[in-house]
Amino acid sequence: MNQGTVYTETVVHSAPEAFLKDAPYQIAIIILDTGGRVTARILGDRVAIGDRVTLVEFRDGIPYYATR
Amino acid sequence: MRPVAVIGVGKTPFGVFADRDLRSLAVEAGQKCLENAHLAPSQVEAFYLGNFAGPSFVGQNHLAPYIGAALGVTGVPATRIEAACASSGSAFFHGFSAVAAGLYDLVLVAGVEKMTCQPTPRVAEILASAGDLSGEIKAGATFPALFAMIARRHMHQYGTRREHLAAVAVKNHANGAKNPYAHMRKPITLEQALAGKPIAEPLTLYDCSLVSDGAAAVLLAPLERASEFTAQPVRVAGIAQTSDHVALDEKDDITTFLAVKRAGDKAYRMAGVGPAEVEFAELHDCFTIAEIIALEDLGFVKPGEGGPYSAEGCTALTGPKPVNASGGLKAKGHPVGATGVAQICDVVMQIRGQAGEIQLTRHSLGLAQNLGGSGATAVVTILRAR
Repeated sequence: MNQGTVYTETVVHSAPEAFLKDAPYQIAIIILDTGGRVTARILGDRVAIGDRVTLVEFRDGIPYYATR
Repeated sequence: MRPVAVIGVGKTPFGVFADRDLRSLAVEAGQKCLENAHLAPSQVEAFYLGNFAGPSFVGQNHLAPYIGAALGVTGVPATRIEAACASSGSAFFHGFSAVAAGLYDLVLVAGVEKMTCQPTPRVAEILASAGDLSGEIKAGATFPALFAMIARRHMHQYGTRREHLAAVAVKNHANGAKNPYAHMRKPITLEQALAGKPIAEPLTLYDCSLVSDGAAAVLLAPLERASEFTAQPVRVAGIAQTSDHVALDEKDDITTFLAVKRAGDKAYRMAGVGPAEVEFAELHDCFTIAEIIALEDLGFVKPGEGGPYSAEGCTALTGPKPVNASGGLKAKGHPVGATGVAQICDVVMQIRGQAGEIQLTRHSLGLAQNLGGSGATAVVTILRAR
């Protein structure tokens, strides 16, 4: 699940309590090259539908992707 | 299966009621409903309660007998049903099923939610528990974020624009301003809606439904007995409840709600009507994009045409297909567990010609659509004058 394409995304401004310190942050549903989809956080530059993204790391079980 | 009618309705206004607890709201709606059908509580043979998260919002559990007893309804099955924002739509479906099957004659169905006693971040957290906590919610999605991702994809696929979303908000606020039961009775302009505070891009504050307190109730009976209780029974002509995946990332196409499509198809078939014959509808506009997609899923327009159709005024009170004459979840308010039954009440009041300033001119065949979560539960009900 290292590489994929952004299916949809949003920038969350009104964050849940657990992520108040992160807001605003971007999340996306990514179509994985290996099949299936995952909801992930985006690191660095904002992404748009159709952008290619790569898995950077897992933090607390959450996948973080970025364009590179 | 025998024909079923709604013989009574009762609602509290929706809003922020600091001095009211969950039980008193549900009891008020239930009593109004019993009075409306000229029925004594002791005549009720079963009680179904739709409630999403009473235990989280107010700490109380065992809600159906708790509320039933306060209404004077005891010694009968009292059952709480939870299906996220479709909790009371589902309760209505199960009440209908019991009467249609001949299990009981007189069934009370209520919905209630008391939400405003919790601070906003906690409300968001409780609502998020209707999503997949192991995936999307863990990654930081809120319900506005899930519907924002739906909106983004719909915009990408069909060219839907922010102005289309805003047009839904403007229309529903205009309707809510005329509804004495509505939480938000303030019209807004397109400019205001577009300039709203961002919640989850592209959705602003004005794209989101309200956090409200409120309750609603209806009484069901076999159609053949309906005239014992009311001069204006309203027939449940078609109804269906369907399900789908909870997590958004498990759905192939998020620009449509498969559960709504399926429930709509079944309800249309049962009622023997099609979308063109439906004169008006109460649709589940938890977010503006949800009303646009519901228009498409229920066949009122083709996929992708919901935005322009809304912006052209086709769904306004005076349009060819009035939608959410009540103000919808956007302006009437969205006490989650009360919403499904409140929609039924609103359609029944229209059919009876008792909708006051929001009364529509064509009002003999109406549809209510209740959505749970990001589409994992859908209930579609078609009601008609007898």
